[in-house]
Amino acid sequence: MRRAALVGIGAAALVAAVALAQGGPPEPQRQIPNPMSGRHFATPETLAIQDDDFLNPAFLWVEEGEEAWNRVEGTSGQSCASCHQDARETMRGVRARMPAYHPRLQRVVTLEQQVNICRTERMGAPALPIDSRPLNAITTFIALQSRGMPVNVDISGPARPFFDAGERFYNTRRGQLDMRCGSCHEDNYGRYLRADLLSQGMSNGFPTYRLKEQRVISLQFRLQGCVNDVRGEAPPMGGEEFTNLEFYLAWRAQGLPVESPSVRR
Amino acid sequence: MRLGAAKLFLGLAIGLTGAALAQTGPLVPYRVVDDAIPESLTGTPGDPDRGRALALDRSKGNCVTCHNMPVNADFQGDLGPPLDGVASRWTEGELRLRIVDSKRINPDSNMPSFYRVEGLTAVRRDWAGRPMLTAQEVEDILAYLLTLR
Ligand code: HEC
Ligand code: HEC
Repeated sequence: MRRAALVGIGAAALVAAVALAQGGPPEPQRQIPNPMSGRHFATPETLAIQDDDFLNPAFLWVEEGEEAWNRVEGTSGQSCASCHQDARETMRGVRARMPAYHPRLQRVVTLEQQVNICRTERMGAPALPIDSRPLNAITTFIALQSRGMPVNVDISGPARPFFDAGERFYNTRRGQLDMRCGSCHEDNYGRYLRADLLSQGMSNGFPTYRLKEQRVISLQFRLQGCVNDVRGEAPPMGGEEFTNLEFYLAWRAQGLPVESPSVRR
Repeated sequence: MRLGAAKLFLGLAIGLTGAALAQTGPLVPYRVVDDAIPESLTGTPGDPDRGRALALDRSKGNCVTCHNMPVNADFQGDLGPPLDGVASRWTEGELRLRIVDSKRINPDSNMPSFYRVEGLTAVRRDWAGRPMLTAQEVEDILAYLLTLR
C-alpha cells in the first residue's frame, strides 16, 4: 500500500518533470475521464422535444438569430454576414472551440462576448446584454452550426491561467450549504436531489431551452441558478469568474458532441 | 484510553472555540465531546411535530431534498442515506452534532452545517451571518429524528 503510494508519487513527479522539460504545466486530470452528456439524464419526453427540430422551441431563437445575422446594425453599416458571409460555413466548429483565448485582449472570451466584441468594435453597434433574448438568439444560431462536432477547447499556453482559475472556482465550496460544483455533479450524479436527477453538469447542450423558464437560457444563467441554490452569492454573468468557469466546464466536456440547442426541464 | 483522552481534550478545545465564537456571533455556545454534542442547545425540549415540518420545509431543514424520510412526500432525494432508523444507529448527542455541523465528523461531507456561520465562502447576502436553523429548530428536528427508530 505504502509502496504503491510511493511509486505513484514517483510516477507523478516523473510526469511533472517531463512536462516541465517540455516547457508547459502538466496536463490537468479530469475527475470524470469519460463524460456523459446531460441528455443521458433527461426524460424521454424531454428528449423527444429536443430531437425534433420542429418541436424544439429553441428553433424560434435560431430563426431570430439567423435574421439578426443578416441585419445591418450600428454606425458602420454592417451585419455579421458582411464579415463572415454564410454562417453555415464560417461558423462551423466555432461553438465547439469556444470559450477561447483572445490574444489581443489577453484573456479568455465566451461566444457571447465575442459577438459583443464584433458588434462594438466592427459594427459600431451597442453590446447586447448577456442572456438577453437577442444575444441568445444569435448564439443559438451560431451554436447550431457546430451540432454534432466534439467539444475541443484549447487550454494550452497563455490560456492556462484562466483555465486554472475556472478549475479553482469549480472546486471551491461556497454558499451557506458549503458545496462545490462537484458535490452535486461529480460525487452524486445519477442521484436525486428532490425531483431533480443530477447530471454531470456538462455544458455541451448550451444555449438550452429550459421548460421551467419557457425560454432559451445561456450557460451563465444556469450557473447563477446553481450558485443560488447553495445560497451562494453568484458573480455577474459575463464577468471574469464565470467566463473562466465556463472555460473549465468546456474542457470537462471535451469530446462530447455539441448538442445545442438542447431542451431541459 | 489515551486516544479517548485526546478526543475528549479535542472536543473540549473545539467546544471552547465554539463558546468563544458565540460571544461575537449569533450562536449559543456548545460543547463537543467524542463526535457528539451531549447537551441541549437551548434547555427547552424539542417538539417532534414541529421538527418534522421543519425537515420538509424548503427554506428551513429541507432534509428531504437529500434524504429519504418515512413521510408522505413526493420526490425524496437520495444524495444522503435514508433517515429511517437513524435513532437506532446514533445517540441523541451524535445526531445533534450531525445537524449542527456534520463537517466536524467528516470534513468532506456534502451535508450542510445547519448551525454554523464561520468558515463559509461567498454566502448569499440575504443569509450571511445567520445559521440555517435557530438553536430551537435544531432541537425540534432532533426530537423528530429521535422518533425514527
Ligand atoms: C446542490 C446541488 C448543485 C450544485 C452544488 C451545483 N449544481 Fe449544477 N445543477 C444542479 C441541478 C439539480 C441541475 C439540473 C439537473 C442536472 O442537469 O443536473 C443542475 C444543472 C447544471 C448544468 C446543466 C446541465 C445540463 O445538461 O443541462 C450545469 C452546466 C451545471 N449544473 C453546472 C454547475 C456548476 C458549474 C456548479 C458550481 C458553480 C454547479 N452546477 C453546482 C444542482 C447543483
Ligand atoms: C445537501 C444534502 C443534504 C441535506 C440538505 C441534508 N443532508 Fe443529512 N446527510 C447528507 C449526506 C451526504 C450524508 C452522509 C454522511 C456525510 O457525508 O457526512 C448525510 C448524513 C446524515 C445523517 C447520518 C445518517 C446515517 O445514517 O449515518 C443524519 C442523521 C442526517 N444526515 C440528518 C439530516 C437532517 C436532519 C437534515 C436537515 C436538517 C439533513 N440531514 C440535510 C446530505 C444532506
